[in-house]
Amino acid sequence: MTEHRSHQDDQDVGTTGHSWDGIEELNNPLPRWWLYTLYVCIIWGIGYTIAYPAWPLISAATPGLLGFSTRQDVADEIARFETTNGQIAQRLAMADLADIPADPGLNSYATARGAAVFRTNCSQCHGAGAAGVQAAGYPNLLDDDWLWGGDLAAIHQTITHGIRSDADDDTRWSQMPVFGEILEPEQIDQVVMYVRTISGQSHDAGPAAAGAVIFAENCAACHGETGMGERALGAPNLTDAIWLYGGSVDRLRETVTYARAGMMPNWSPRLSETDIRAVATYVHQLGGGE
Amino acid sequence: MTTAPDTPPSLYAKREPVFPRRVSGSFRTLKWVLMAVTLGIYYITPWLRWDRGDLLPDQAVLLDLANRRFFFFMIEIWPHEFYFVAGLLIMAGLGLFLFTSALGRVWCGYACPQTVWTDLFILVERWIEGDRNARVKLWNQGWSLHKARLRLTKWLVWLLIGLATGGAWVFYFTDAPTLLADLLELKAHTVAYVTMAVLTLTTFFFGGFAREQICIYACPWPRIQAAMMDEETLTVAYRDWRGEPRGKHRKADAAHELGDCIDCNACVNVCPMGIDIRDGQQLACITCALCIDACDDVMDKLGKPRGLIGYLALSDEGMERKGQPPRAIWRHVLRPRTLLYTGLWGGVGVALVVALFLRLPIDMTVAPVRNPTFVLLSDGAVRNIYDVRLRNMQGSIRTFALSLKSDSDLRLSLEGTDTLTVQVPADETLLQRVYVTAPAGSAAAHATRTELRLWVQDAAGTDRVSSDTFFNGAPQN
Repeated sequence: MTEHRSHQDDQDVGTTGHSWDGIEELNNPLPRWWLYTLYVCIIWGIGYTIAYPAWPLISAATPGLLGFSTRQDVADEIARFETTNGQIAQRLAMADLADIPADPGLNSYATARGAAVFRTNCSQCHGAGAAGVQAAGYPNLLDDDWLWGGDLAAIHQTITHGIRSDADDDTRWSQMPVFGEILEPEQIDQVVMYVRTISGQSHDAGPAAAGAVIFAENCAACHGETGMGERALGAPNLTDAIWLYGGSVDRLRETVTYARAGMMPNWSPRLSETDIRAVATYVHQLGGGE
Repeated sequence: MTTAPDTPPSLYAKREPVFPRRVSGSFRTLKWVLMAVTLGIYYITPWLRWDRGDLLPDQAVLLDLANRRFFFFMIEIWPHEFYFVAGLLIMAGLGLFLFTSALGRVWCGYACPQTVWTDLFILVERWIEGDRNARVKLWNQGWSLHKARLRLTKWLVWLLIGLATGGAWVFYFTDAPTLLADLLELKAHTVAYVTMAVLTLTTFFFGGFAREQICIYACPWPRIQAAMMDEETLTVAYRDWRGEPRGKHRKADAAHELGDCIDCNACVNVCPMGIDIRDGQQLACITCALCIDACDDVMDKLGKPRGLIGYLALSDEGMERKGQPPRAIWRHVLRPRTLLYTGLWGGVGVALVVALFLRLPIDMTVAPVRNPTFVLLSDGAVRNIYDVRLRNMQGSIRTFALSLKSDSDLRLSLEGTDTLTVQVPADETLLQRVYVTAPAGSAAAHATRTELRLWVQDAAGTDRVSSDTFFNGAPQN
């Protein structure tokens, strides 16, 4: 059998001399086209390093004859999207703010663009999920509590001009007095108890009753007689469950004694009107929009 | 085995040209039929139409990469149903196991595109340059006007076949009539032209020049399939116990006891792989069975029985040498191994068909927003946010209604609407922000985890699916 089963050529080529478990390796020649393919690949490889950025030098790589650059690729891609989206971006910049959510095409474009703007510019303080930082003065944008108003126009205004931003004359501005210089510590404790009362938290009735009087004299001007706050002044509602700087006795005492003045930059020169409208639309649809 | 010769042989070998001779017979006829069927399926399929309404494409078989849909007659596959493709690939794998264990490299010999297109190219070659002897003669000739004319004609026809191959390929990915018009008006996408050019050239070189080199050097299947064959597998084999010693049967040889093989080389001359089947089973043999036709023809002329070369299993050899008849073909094909493969293949197939008929044209995935896990509202209520993807797998716009089921007091609301219904465009996925709120002071508002189930159903109420998820309460301080 063996003499028939082994190809005649096997006799010509012999074996490589490798033998393992009685299996011998024939020394068959490689096809010549395979060798030429290898040469073509080598030439292609050399040509590639000449045509494209390849060899590392001290400060940069060789630029390549074709002038290819990944940065340019990104720039081209962005330019392509800006051209493609030019019309709808223009429409977003010109549209009546209140009409945006009702226009499905405009709304989905604004939301998607706004999400990107938010992640780049806003998430540093408000968090990637827009939940702010609890009790640390970075507002949660997902809830239904707004210091300066939560409709699209109010959000747009806040983003454009910022809050207590020195660089913008039209910024939203208010200042809570430092009551540590006005009231006695005991009085502050009393007013804190009163605030705990109106927000439905545990409290001592005695000091709270005294605090009511102090509240009416010192706090009601901004926070309102019932403590419901005043959006025109950015004065928070003290009767709800949400506390920007914490609702515990210690945190409230700190707030009353030293006052709070959160700051948000004005974004109007940094972001385009289109981007501001986009991010306002995005924030408005996060769950708390009015 | 011999040891290495004194002068080391060349490390690289030139391709020996193969000039397969024309042959006729039952296997050749079968191969013509299979070629017509496979090429017919390949070229005609993209032109079949299938009405799916105004909003969906009407191409029967369409791989819509841009919209991530696969259309196959009445079936539409979405990306999330990719398991159908996985199932088909498993079936293809099991099918290969089945056919290889029963019939050896039958795929290589009859159905592989490399084989089919090479066969077609050889047919063209024969029409233009003549049969084997004429082609050998032409090959050995120097260049002349006559040779150049024949060569150029042949290459042109090959290129046209290649162009048609690449051309048909791109039709599977977009609407064929539109693309054809675009292609002719030179305004189709560059990708279409590049794909066609690449496939034209690969078809031209693989079918015209590389041929058996692809099977021997480039293709992994010969190695893999060899591992799936056993002693019961039917392969094309030479009955050397009947044929040897071979000889020309001249009068002078009559004294010797010669076998049936007259060493006419008919089997070698018709072989598209350029091998000698009488050397036994070998890597280069694609079992196309053309040598069977060639040898049977010769045996008929000699008045000897057919089957000097034939489909044979290794286990038959011993029986035949003892003078017993080989086992029946069906006993080689029907055995536990092949039945097991058939069973598995059928099982996967049935499971896919059942899955296909059980699926609903509505689907929902619910992804709870984890940043943050909950939102405290000003009245003390606690809200969770869910990103809900609603799929309308029908060719018409539909209204979906969402509802919530839970043992706890949880309320459902949707972003952007006061209702609990949304319109999902035809054949699209809609991302809807969904809110679930636990009222202030309720158990769920402060429980770590509360189970809930979201339901979605279409307006008619016929299709409904649910998804289970959790509600996270706010920890009480």
